[in-house]
Amino acid sequence: MSIHQELDLAHMQAAFAAPVRDAQTCFRALLEGLARPGRIQRLADIPVPPAGLGAAQSAILLALADRDTPVWLPPVVRSAAAGAYLRFYCGCPLATRLADATFVVVSTLAGLPALYDLSLGDPEFPDRSATLLVEVASFDSGASLRLRGPGIADEAELRVADWSESATALVQENRRRVPLGVDIVLTCGDRLVGLPRTVHLTAEGMACM
Amino acid sequence: MTNNTDRRGSLGLLARSPATLLAERMARVGELPSFTWLRKPETGMVMLRGRIGGDGARFNLGEATMTRCTLRLADGSVGVGTVRGRNARHAEMIALCDAMLQQPARAATIRMEVMNVLAQAEQERHARASADTAGSRVDFYTLVRGED
Repeated sequence: MSIHQELDLAHMQAAFAAPVRDAQTCFRALLEGLARPGRIQRLADIPVPPAGLGAAQSAILLALADRDTPVWLPPVVRSAAAGAYLRFYCGCPLATRLADATFVVVSTLAGLPALYDLSLGDPEFPDRSATLLVEVASFDSGASLRLRGPGIADEAELRVADWSESATALVQENRRRVPLGVDIVLTCGDRLVGLPRTVHLTAEGMACM
Repeated sequence: MTNNTDRRGSLGLLARSPATLLAERMARVGELPSFTWLRKPETGMVMLRGRIGGDGARFNLGEATMTRCTLRLADGSVGVGTVRGRNARHAEMIALCDAMLQQPARAATIRMEVMNVLAQAEQERHARASADTAGSRVDFYTLVRGED
């Protein structure tokens, strides 16, 4: 395991200024985001992320990741500053297999893994599943997504740049597996949107799967 | 970066030394450099494990409170401080000392003014402890049995 590799602390970036308070603020925003799918949450006062991670992605990991939660990073990100950053501040193992990871970082929608490569939890403990942190290019342009389900009064609308049919298929297949399945957090800079496993998603202007 | 074994030894010596002595020696070094925190002092628990039986298996001896911190000086030298107990100031001093030991310009002064003194004080503590123990020492003699 690479945990014994020496960390380059001379170039280590700063993390949360007030770890307890900042982690709690971040946790609250994430909770809010997953409770109200489709509603954009902004994380205030979060640190500059290491190369390869979005600001919200790195803040979520700082708040939630620890030695019990293996984090999977795309290979390019893993070998860059981000890997060392997470090991130093979170003490989390960096998973080499997707199936082992509690948090899976995805840098672009095109890099979404296949649903069945991920940990979906098991029937007795559906909560032991992966959470996907997916960085997207924008929430202001791109495909229009319609969301329904728990936490949404009627219907929520969300725009996501570079949304693809395979992304729609993944979310829909994920919904069919409830209570098993992954929870997805879309991030864009310091903003995040929750797409928990309970969300029904249809993409406008795209062939329905 | 200096030899890791040396560094480990220095950090061990710093952590075992009394906080007051370390603070006193650091005060003589002159103005301490400014630094930024990478990890502010935080107190937690560590499980002390060791081989206690002869079979080599690890044994959880018990938990100990410890405080750790990491800081970085302006030139990029990083110091880590870990100490048993809750003394955040002690951990900070250790980290500062460790960081200055990484700096070629300061290392010699720190070694002379701080490390050597701490090492000598530790030796004296050990000698005192040995002397105290020696007072209650019992020697067992076996008399030579005369066979003839």
